[in-house]
Amino acid sequence: MKVLTANRLADGAVVYLAVGSSWVGDLAHAALADTPEAEAALTAAAAAAVKARLVVGAYLMPVVLEGDVPRPVSVRERIRAAGPSNRTDLGKQAEATLP
Amino acid sequence: MKLVKNAAVAEDGWTTVADDENLPEGGAVIVSLARFKAERDTLVGRNAPLGLRLKSNEPPATVAEDLERFSVIALEFPIFRDGRAYSHATQLRQRFGFEGEIRAVGDVLWDQLLNMIRCGIDAFEVDDDFPLDAFDEAPKLFSNYYQPAAVGGPSIFEKRHGA
Amino acid sequence: MYRYDEFDQAAVNERVAQFRGQVARRLQGQITEDQFKPLRLMNGLYLQLHAYMLRVAIPYGTLSARQMHMLAHVARKYDKGYGHFTTRQNIQYNWPRLVDTPDILADLATVEMHGIQTSGNCIRNVTSDPFAGVAKDEIEDPRPWCEIFRQWSTFHPEFSYLPRKFKIAVTAAEHDRAAIKLHDIGIRVVKNAEGETGFEFWVGGGMGRTPIIAKKLKDFVAKADLLDYATACLRVYNELGRRDNIYKARIKILIHEMGLAKYAELVEAEFQRIRGTVALPDAEIARIQAYFAPPAYESLPATSTAFEAKKFEDRGFRDFVRTNLHPHKVPGYAIVSISLKAPGVAPGDISADQMDLVADLAETYSLGELRATHEQNLVLPNVKLDDVYTVWQQLRDAGLGTANIGLLSDIICCPGLDYCDLANARSIPLAKEIQDRFADLERQHKVGELKIKMSGCINACGHHHVGHIGVLGVDKHGKELYQLQLGGSATEDASLGDLTGAGFPPEKLVDAVETVIETYLRLRTGEAEAFLDCYRRVGMAPFKAALYEAR
Repeated sequence: MKVLTANRLADGAVVYLAVGSSWVGDLAHAALADTPEAEAALTAAAAAAVKARLVVGAYLMPVVLEGDVPRPVSVRERIRAAGPSNRTDLGKQAEATLP
Repeated sequence: MKLVKNAAVAEDGWTTVADDENLPEGGAVIVSLARFKAERDTLVGRNAPLGLRLKSNEPPATVAEDLERFSVIALEFPIFRDGRAYSHATQLRQRFGFEGEIRAVGDVLWDQLLNMIRCGIDAFEVDDDFPLDAFDEAPKLFSNYYQPAAVGGPSIFEKRHGA
Repeated sequence: MYRYDEFDQAAVNERVAQFRGQVARRLQGQITEDQFKPLRLMNGLYLQLHAYMLRVAIPYGTLSARQMHMLAHVARKYDKGYGHFTTRQNIQYNWPRLVDTPDILADLATVEMHGIQTSGNCIRNVTSDPFAGVAKDEIEDPRPWCEIFRQWSTFHPEFSYLPRKFKIAVTAAEHDRAAIKLHDIGIRVVKNAEGETGFEFWVGGGMGRTPIIAKKLKDFVAKADLLDYATACLRVYNELGRRDNIYKARIKILIHEMGLAKYAELVEAEFQRIRGTVALPDAEIARIQAYFAPPAYESLPATSTAFEAKKFEDRGFRDFVRTNLHPHKVPGYAIVSISLKAPGVAPGDISADQMDLVADLAETYSLGELRATHEQNLVLPNVKLDDVYTVWQQLRDAGLGTANIGLLSDIICCPGLDYCDLANARSIPLAKEIQDRFADLERQHKVGELKIKMSGCINACGHHHVGHIGVLGVDKHGKELYQLQLGGSATEDASLGDLTGAGFPPEKLVDAVETVIETYLRLRTGEAEAFLDCYRRVGMAPFKAALYEAR
């Protein structure tokens, strides 16, 4: 299972491609791809967004589903989704409104 | 492609001849270093202006004795990040006193023009849609320079003390 | 310290305008990210895990109170209220926005600061001895030469697209506090038999994937030849450094592959050809040196009764003096180190409020000047002994009074996987665990001088190769793992650490470090034998046995 992630060009924020080709900050809302065709579609949408100067450095990223919720597989992507582990008052983890 | 000199599109009187192409009867030609070495006598014997195209790993010192034969030297930038030609241009002007045209070819981009100019490059082969604004901007970006230019002119160090 | 004249100020202002134009063209799509990346890097702007990161230059680690106030302002206005001091005497901000960066640089330019060439394949910030100008053991202040290098290398048209980054460090003291042997070019200011100042050139040092100690290139380069000789060194590197493989593109690899003698021969030939090209008038040297003339020190007795009394009365102050003070060349003054290694704080991190406090202290008590060290601490270089107590009280109240300079909790640590796009493992939480385990100050003193250096990847920004104990975080099958190295040193007796063996998972790393330290305590000849000396005497075997034989 994969999602497509990138950084927003203007401010560098970590973003995920959501259904409908919009970009969101919360991994929970990312579009999931579980077939090569779905992955190709995400990749194409991301390429268009790079060309349109919305994002940079787009790539497919493995996730596992815990229930309905995608979670990053790697330590790096877990940190990227949350924020620095030594400063829980910073980054997305500090903005989270979900329990 | 277009040739830009003095911030304007210029007529390019030169033909770059590929290694496997026949040389035209007359006319100004630019050839690679490999071809020059292989066909030196023929090329030198032609009664027409001669130019040399150097790859980024071909320093001008390798043709030091023949430099006076060339009216133009084209320096390749295979990718804009390959900065060897800046040293080659500098050496052509400073070490070898080359006074002909030094032409940048290849991945020639807006943001490296000033560096090229300061190193003694005075002609630029760019895409047809390359904005000429870039050439107007480059010499105006900085009012003074910490280093001497390859073509001379006092550095800030010197200007501070009356140069 | 140096102050810009109209030439310098125009240069940074014009650079801001240039970058503003580049950002605009990037956002409008006239340049691609590939084309834009080297341009933003040459203004210090990286793209990291969570956000962009801006690295601001602190030339040779010297800054004024006014400049430190501006760094605090930038942290508040454009970032999340803090900054991070690095192992190259620079400061980093972790959360700037690309669209704000031209304004950030414009604000910095008003106080003679910038991010120029703090990244990119160009000549980087020239670093130096944090005690320059005030240390007892220096020949002369190295900083005028650093400033000359800074200017000469700024926007150098020939050397902006080198095969790879190029780092220069300069020291003028017998004891090398600038790690010159781990730099692409390291320079020692020396005097010849006639008493003339010149420069001993070292070349080809560096860490990263292939750590190498620099080799001596030339015994003596005369003042007038400094920039011509440097030009020759750079030109040969620009020409011949590898461009086919970024992991083999540093000058240390070129020298390793062609041999020092060949490189020296090529440099000498080029130097002889170009000698006199880069004019460095004596008047300009004198002009720059004048900025580094000693400030108006008072005539004070060598000892301060107030200082001695406070040491006697106040245990906390006594602890501070024990580690955070160094002798000043002027009687009655001290060099005061401010530790940015407080428990629970990422090494090198400092809040905006703390920056303002430190700036105020510099203004009031240090003749307006501060230093940043490559060990990620700060220095107030000119504090009267009479004032040290009141300075310490204010530092302590702001969480900046940690009395651990040179002790094992004074850890050098890169940002690691918590921040950095290049990292393979986290480093900051492991540094914290080590500090927690050894929180007891008396225990740290019992261990004595011990430099622990930690990197979250092979790029070695945490200088792990030259730690007495070095820690390298790696990724093994998706899990963080930590390798230990022992016996590295960054000073004039430079050496690279030896790997102990198999790595340790995060939950076992601190135990391993403790085992190493306990082994040292067991084996040392006495308190006077520091960790590094003990290791060099007994070798790896007993440490290896202690770490692995129980397994």
